[in-house]
Amino acid sequence: MPMSTEVDFAHIGNSVSIKGEVSGSEDLYVGGVVEGAIELAGNNLVIGPNGQVRAKVHAKGVVVEGKVEGSIRASERAELRKTAIVIGDISTQRIVVEDGASFVGKVDVQPEAAKAAAKAAEAQPKTNPGAPAPRTPGDSVAK
Amino acid sequence: MRRAGAKNPRPTHLLMKIFRNSVTPPEVKPVPGVERLTRRSSGLRELARLLASEEPLCVLDLGSTSAANIRYLTERGHKIYSEDLLEASTDPDLVTKDEDGQRILDHKQFFSENLAYSAAKFDLVLCWNLADYLDESLVKPVMARLWSVMKPGAMLLAFFHTREAGPDAPCYRYHIVSTETLEMQHVQAQRDLRKGTGERSFRLQRVFNNRHIENLFRDFTSIKFFLTRDNVREVLVVR
Repeated sequence: MPMSTEVDFAHIGNSVSIKGEVSGSEDLYVGGVVEGAIELAGNNLVIGPNGQVRAKVHAKGVVVEGKVEGSIRASERAELRKTAIVIGDISTQRIVVEDGASFVGKVDVQPEAAKAAAKAAEAQPKTNPGAPAPRTPGDSVAK
Repeated sequence: MRRAGAKNPRPTHLLMKIFRNSVTPPEVKPVPGVERLTRRSSGLRELARLLASEEPLCVLDLGSTSAANIRYLTERGHKIYSEDLLEASTDPDLVTKDEDGQRILDHKQFFSENLAYSAAKFDLVLCWNLADYLDESLVKPVMARLWSVMKPGAMLLAFFHTREAGPDAPCYRYHIVSTETLEMQHVQAQRDLRKGTGERSFRLQRVFNNRHIENLFRDFTSIKFFLTRDNVREVLVVR
């Protein structure tokens, strides 16, 4: 998800403040303040170093360099840069957190593609009878 | 040649130097936020089987945000909850005064903003060295709250300094790098960093002895101590 070409993004400038829902079908850069919700299901969102978002965020890819208070749902990838401050839950398939980023909340990584591939592999007939038996849930809890 | 000799003094010279100046070896001061020290952790090794679970676990990390911990746990399919309780406890808005005019922390406000989870939620709590640096008045209430948000049978890993560590023992955040290895990074309070004073504000508040630790976790089912070489005791407790 190359997001270095932020010049191609729609911009919310540093001095702009928006209350309400922001939705669209192009990539978005937030340099100002957004309160409410950001819905970019098939596109990328970058919250710049001066950006302040108090909203529920949903996008394909989310890069945070500024501050976010609210949940982030990134269908592909979430990235917290070193200046990021995030207070809220993150749900994504892949996450990158740079050293120095501050995060309070839950991270739920759901690698759906990987799970689907694993399920597909399991569905195929096994050709290796010597493979170790799968673990049972009871094996996994140390008392 | 002389410079090389200075860099690599003979052992006898080193011994003499130590005896002439002090009984203790020179203190190594870690550089805040930069240098990382590696340590083996017996407590973490005990958790390896739990962390290898294919059942997704709910893990609560009470240290400063650690990219390594988030990566390590999410790669294994677990959910990680991150709360920097130590930093949160330094919020000036928490400071109030009691009837005698003494400075106290507002527990009600602290717990309305922190550790606000449903009961029996977590399978594992990474407490690290929180208890050693947390304000005295918050230590027992925090442990009681942790007990309530942990599932029966859930585990908690905590580190406690021994008396030998001294009052200036730096506060570290811990990064999990393998099943039994941690990296330690010196942390400062964010508020100090913003001021740019470079002053360390997280100071060791107290030293717990074994009885104190047992008392602190008296509501838990079991407690296991691991002695280490770096003046830190690792403790693994089961809810």
